[in-house]
Amino acid sequence: MRYVFALILSVLATSLCAQERAWEDRALFGAADTPRMLHVLSSTDIALFAPIAESFVADTPGIAIEYYVAGTADIDRIMRKSPDRFDMAISSAMDLQFKLANDGYALALDGFDHPDWAEWRQSVFAFTSEPAAIVLNRAAFAGAQMPQTRQALIRRLRDTPEQFRGKVGTYDVRQSGLGYLFATQDARTSETFWRLMEVMGNLDAQLYCCSSDMIEDVAAGRLFVAYNVLGSYAEARKDLSDAIEIVLPADFRTVMMRTALVSSEAPDPALARSFMEHLLTQQSGGTSAALALPLLDLQKPGSEQSTIQLEPALLTYLDRLKTERFIKEWEDAIIQ
Amino acid sequence: MSDLIRSSASLRQRLTLVLIGGAGVLALVLYFGVRLYATQIAQQGQDDILRASVTAILDTAVIRDDRLEIDFPYAALSMLNTPSDDRVFYAIRQDGTLVSGYSELPQPLGTLAPAASWSVPYQGADLRLTTAARSLIAGDSDTTITVTVAQTQDALSVTLAQISRNVAFFGAGFFVLAVLLSFWATASTIGPLNRLAQSVTRRGPQDLSPVAKPVPAEMVPLVASLNTLMGRLDQSLTRSEDFIAEAAHRVRTPLATVRSHAETTLQRVDDEENRSALRAMIRAIDESSRAAGQLLDHAMTTFRADHLDRQNTNLSELVQDLISGLEPVAEMKDISFRLRTEKDVTVSADPILVQNAIRNLIDNALKYSPAESDIVVSVAQEDMAVVRICDAGPGFPKDHMAGLVDRFARGENAKGITGSGLGLTIAHDVALAHNGTLELSNAKGGGACVTFSL
Repeated sequence: MRYVFALILSVLATSLCAQERAWEDRALFGAADTPRMLHVLSSTDIALFAPIAESFVADTPGIAIEYYVAGTADIDRIMRKSPDRFDMAISSAMDLQFKLANDGYALALDGFDHPDWAEWRQSVFAFTSEPAAIVLNRAAFAGAQMPQTRQALIRRLRDTPEQFRGKVGTYDVRQSGLGYLFATQDARTSETFWRLMEVMGNLDAQLYCCSSDMIEDVAAGRLFVAYNVLGSYAEARKDLSDAIEIVLPADFRTVMMRTALVSSEAPDPALARSFMEHLLTQQSGGTSAALALPLLDLQKPGSEQSTIQLEPALLTYLDRLKTERFIKEWEDAIIQ
Repeated sequence: MSDLIRSSASLRQRLTLVLIGGAGVLALVLYFGVRLYATQIAQQGQDDILRASVTAILDTAVIRDDRLEIDFPYAALSMLNTPSDDRVFYAIRQDGTLVSGYSELPQPLGTLAPAASWSVPYQGADLRLTTAARSLIAGDSDTTITVTVAQTQDALSVTLAQISRNVAFFGAGFFVLAVLLSFWATASTIGPLNRLAQSVTRRGPQDLSPVAKPVPAEMVPLVASLNTLMGRLDQSLTRSEDFIAEAAHRVRTPLATVRSHAETTLQRVDDEENRSALRAMIRAIDESSRAAGQLLDHAMTTFRADHLDRQNTNLSELVQDLISGLEPVAEMKDISFRLRTEKDVTVSADPILVQNAIRNLIDNALKYSPAESDIVVSVAQEDMAVVRICDAGPGFPKDHMAGLVDRFARGENAKGITGSGLGLTIAHDVALAHNGTLELSNAKGGGACVTFSL
């Protein structure tokens, strides 16, 4: 009997640990003993999200925000497995957020005056516009012109392959939901993407889970070129601005919108709603330079379509067959 | 008269109600019909897009190295984007086994047409599904790929609500218009009936001529029977008037013979008792012949009223002549006439009828006047030509003065005075035939006044 009990305990502990390990970072805004606690699961770094969370806690007495950082794929998994665990999910992987809402995991919040193209079913709300950028090491490109397009970058890499061998990096699309989203949208837009991947593969490309790691490696000189890095993260690292150059490709841009949704089984939907209101107001109308996150570009995406649309087509590359095929092609290109 | 006729439901009301009711039914049929049709079309539109999406996915299915590959385009799901952000589900199955997509998506029941659409409730919403299948050759064997694409119907219901609202407005407008039209149609249908009724009502009392104005075809039988009825009535009236005139005429002549015999006998008889019996006899004969005369006058009035022979008639002279003729009768009762006439009061009238009327009026005055009194006769041109005859008799009974002009009506206070009761009737009929009036009144100091205006 004692063994059984111990077994149960150990299983419980392991499962708890497994759940604990699901997030990478954790922060608490406000006092720990407040009666109302908003649980947010997010892919956004704490430093970038802190201003928004702190202003909300300051404005609303008696509440606190428990903030967990996790990878986009983990967020999707956790929200599906236990939708009552968190009030809110914030992610840069638009496709996964869209699928959560499509599958009924998001609560519809009516009454928000949010642009039609920046929300879906009043469940998924976009609150930033963030382009994918090429981050370059200034020292490596000293004395030469910085490549402004993918073509120029390809030429540069081909011209001096020895200089860049092992010094190019991009997202590992098998690990990062955002990396996968950027890669699929790039592939959809232009064949140049595949050529770039092949060139990078030839140069023994390094693969990363996260933008911040890539930025730090470029700044430290371990990488010369990082492709499809979140421009917003690079901009935020003012301390590294001397070492890195952020290039928004001139040929075409892929702009991601960070999205938030309230869980259909949120423990405190009213609080989640007021936080969502705060978030959207700050991000779509706010002018405060103190905000670390880029604002939502309120100009409706025009004909030079670059912003990824919140539409059913986002499900396309989440299809199992499509994913398998895409990852196989990507591996063929980049892993030599 | 009309309150004696039992009226069933009004034709106008019935017609209006039938038309409005019909319009209401038509408006409802229009509403539901158009809505049903619009629903079908909108549903057809959604099905078409779903089918296009299924086709786009199915077309990319290939078997490569004995493995199924489906590299469907971005547009396959992008085309399902709607303004209402409808949810989208799909399932790709190979020989019934899920390969990719939503495993819980319902599968079609039974065998399928090339591409079939159907609806199921799913997660609290109405889901529209379209499925199509395709056979591929995998090595030596066949394999069947089935693709189902499904979409919620939010945008569709928004469209339908919009259509319903528009069609409702349309139907209501149609109904209001139809109601207005039905009022107009009813009025124009009932119009000829009203006009016929008015033209019959406006007729003079003696006018029994057939209706000559054209009437709508539907009313011809009614008007024809009415005309026949009036014809028969006219004929029978004429016959009875003729009969009365003939009878009066036949009676008058023998009466005159009897009277002259009685007068001759009166001069020969000495016995006072016999003389008074004879005088009574002569008075009775006089009364009978007077009544016969009045019957003749009345018959003539009735006859001539329909065919007035209007001439310029000098009313002053006519009255003057009449009084001269009646002077001897008046003298017998010691009654004197006081005539006040304006000179040459002229009217356009049938002189024989007017003479008849005034003679009867003066005759009446003579009859009701006590001995040694005056009868004032005046002729004047006022708004109309007026002949006024006032006597010093008992006057008219106040209670039913109006009824005195009816045939054979006599005043309550006329008992003991012989008379037929036709005098006022004749004068009244003559006045009416000339669009004139006959007014009865009592003078202040007693006595009756009759005002005959033409």
